[in-house]
Amino acid sequence: MLLALVLAVGLAWLVTAPLRRPAPGAGEDPRVADLEARKEAKYREIRDAELDRVQGKLSGEDWRAADAELRREAIEILRQLDEAGG
Amino acid sequence: MIPTLGAACLGCAFLCALYAAWAALAGRHGDRRYTESARLAVYAMAGLLTVCVLCLEVSFLRDDFSVELVADHSSTTTPTGYKLTAMWSSQAGSLLLWAWVLSLASSGVLWLTRSRLRELVPWATAVLAGLAVFFTGLMLFGVVSSGADSFPFTRLDPAAPEGVGLNPLLRHPAMAIHPPMLYSGYVLFAIPFAFAIAALVTRRLDAAWIRATRRFALVAWLFLSVGILLGSFWSYNELGWGGYWGWDAVENASLMPWLVGTAFLHSVMVQEKRRMLRTWNVSLIVGTFALCLLGTFLVRSGVLESIHAFGVSKVGGPLLGLIAVVVIGSAALIVSRLPDLRGGKRIESLVSREAVFLVNNLLLVSLCAVIFWGTFFPLISEALTGDERSVGPPFFNTVTTPLAILLVLFTGIGPLLAWRRVSAGRAWRLLAPPAAVALVTTLVLAAVSDAASEPPALVMFAFAAFALAAVGSEFARAAAAQRSLAGGGYARALARVVSRNRRRYGGYIAHVGIGILFIAVAASSSFQTSADVRLRPGESASVGDYEVTYLEPSATISSAEQRLTFGGLLDVRRDGERFALLHPSRNYYSSATTDGVRGFFEGEATSEVGRKGGPGGDLWTAMRPDLAPLDGTIDAADRRVERRADVVVRKAGEIAGTTPPPQMREAVVSRLQGQEIFALKDAYLEDPPPVDFRVNVNPLVIWIWLGGAIAVAGGLVAIWPAPEARRRRVSDIHAARLARDLGRA
Repeated sequence: MLLALVLAVGLAWLVTAPLRRPAPGAGEDPRVADLEARKEAKYREIRDAELDRVQGKLSGEDWRAADAELRREAIEILRQLDEAGG
Repeated sequence: MIPTLGAACLGCAFLCALYAAWAALAGRHGDRRYTESARLAVYAMAGLLTVCVLCLEVSFLRDDFSVELVADHSSTTTPTGYKLTAMWSSQAGSLLLWAWVLSLASSGVLWLTRSRLRELVPWATAVLAGLAVFFTGLMLFGVVSSGADSFPFTRLDPAAPEGVGLNPLLRHPAMAIHPPMLYSGYVLFAIPFAFAIAALVTRRLDAAWIRATRRFALVAWLFLSVGILLGSFWSYNELGWGGYWGWDAVENASLMPWLVGTAFLHSVMVQEKRRMLRTWNVSLIVGTFALCLLGTFLVRSGVLESIHAFGVSKVGGPLLGLIAVVVIGSAALIVSRLPDLRGGKRIESLVSREAVFLVNNLLLVSLCAVIFWGTFFPLISEALTGDERSVGPPFFNTVTTPLAILLVLFTGIGPLLAWRRVSAGRAWRLLAPPAAVALVTTLVLAAVSDAASEPPALVMFAFAAFALAAVGSEFARAAAAQRSLAGGGYARALARVVSRNRRRYGGYIAHVGIGILFIAVAASSSFQTSADVRLRPGESASVGDYEVTYLEPSATISSAEQRLTFGGLLDVRRDGERFALLHPSRNYYSSATTDGVRGFFEGEATSEVGRKGGPGGDLWTAMRPDLAPLDGTIDAADRRVERRADVVVRKAGEIAGTTPPPQMREAVVSRLQGQEIFALKDAYLEDPPPVDFRVNVNPLVIWIWLGGAIAVAGGLVAIWPAPEARRRRVSDIHAARLARDLGRA
């Protein structure tokens, strides 16, 4: 019982440590990490589409349409990243 | 001291989980201090549960029979390796395993997302911590509820002098690893489930939650795959009925989340690439996780008869309650978010990868649905008619075969098509070569083998050939494209293209494994030759192309494991030449419930199969001696033991002048029984009874596990992160190209 009590008190002190600190300031825009992940995913899609074209799965016309759309989306993500300061 | 420490840590882990759930919810409005505190509490919970597991393992290793769980599932004669794995053969131990793996996985995902997904993480943490509260609470519930059998550190006072030992059926290397693999698979699906719930609650229904948890879903799938493969390997080698899959309720319970989880892994790609199937994806992950809980429930509740169900338990009710909360709560949440989930894009063409993925999804979910129906039919029929009826393997084979055949076909078509749309002419050019391979395979097999006598198997071979050729052509095209860009040899180009596109080509490798696995399943089930023959030493029987002769019996005793083994040496010849000498045997263990020599034959018995395998197939044998001729000898032995023990105890009492203690008689009986077992062994060898042998010739069966291993290897390739430097360089190239496009715009 005493062991459990000592353990519980020690852990309570450890896990509540962040609550004893002052609230953090604005810091880095929380969107940056998410946008970086979205950017990587979009680049992967662009690469995949290009691979499909090289392998003959997509015609030049289909690929150009897909690629243009994907790039538009990628540019939008880059714009948002710039806004977020990433 | 050690069990007390374990119990204290379990109590603290429960409190940590409770606190983590509260702090996470307190941080949902953006105060990161609460979210961080919740994350620390989850880490602490993982540490505490690790100590719990260590305490229990140390108790097993030290043969601490003051711990009820150790006394019930181990003994001083249990081999050390099995002492370490005995934990999960018990109710409480497997609950501890569940909670421990959950805490480690939760810590992992919270560490990886510590600076990301700030809207989702508090809710996901709350869900994961809530699950941890449930499982740690369920274990602690065993302290206050007699018979709950869920608290791992229940003490015996006085301590048992000796343990019962591990269930003999579980003394197999595959069985030592199979349960933690399955459980890890079940538990890890909690991670994408928790983030899906968080996405629903916060209405952040883009693909962010999928990207954050994709690897956890893949790892869960891998663990589940390995667990299922090991379970089937154990069944094939240990149960003595000759098969690897018996459509047992608990086998099915592990297959169902695997099927829906596989569908999920495919359909999330559609959401990531095309922003479609959002409702479908959250429904799939909820279904997968609910089926994982159902799998745990089936093993732990004993509600359906199974070789795996370890008795009816009180934890079944709470587990069923959790399943109800997960299913009803998630369904309500999904319905309430339907307006947000809808929208997105529509499938542009039926000749596209996303359309094929959708068909593949429907087939996987349909397979799961029919297996679910067959598995729960006994409960359904009992509820409706009061009469418990079950459907057997013929039902499952009949309904799953056509779906599996179509699934293999679409496994081949999917990789060939591009996203969005493929023109008809281009699709024909892509599909024609594998179709030609399938056609040639069909014609060759029909001409040179009896494959045409089993049309479903022949179609399966053809479609599997299509799938393998399709994936092969994908690799060839990719290597050729890479060579044209960078030069070098084919092997180098292939390695480079796989390394740069691990997710895609890892998936294709998995498809190769699955194609091989289905070929092996079709061959071994449709073209098996099986015979049950009763032989005496010197007698022979013909099975297929083989002549099997029972040469001589064997019998051994393992005092350490309290095991008596009767075996038989078989000479197997083909075309007059010796093919193999096989030695199947049957192990009998002393019973915990029936005393005496008779107890050996009324306790657990296991089979050691004799088999010779190769790439072409297995010759598999198991034996079951007819013990009826030994009945008289066994009964006489038990009577002799009682009579001699009475005499010895009486004489000892006369010499000592007092009544000897009961322990003395037990010791005398034990020694005399040992002598009688040796006498029985000699009697078996002197006048061997007839033996029922099962002899199976299973074509290609080893490829089930080799195909499975290839699929798992493909999963590992898909999961392995791309080298950071390479990824960055490619990103920079694209960034530069995008910048040029921007300039032009």
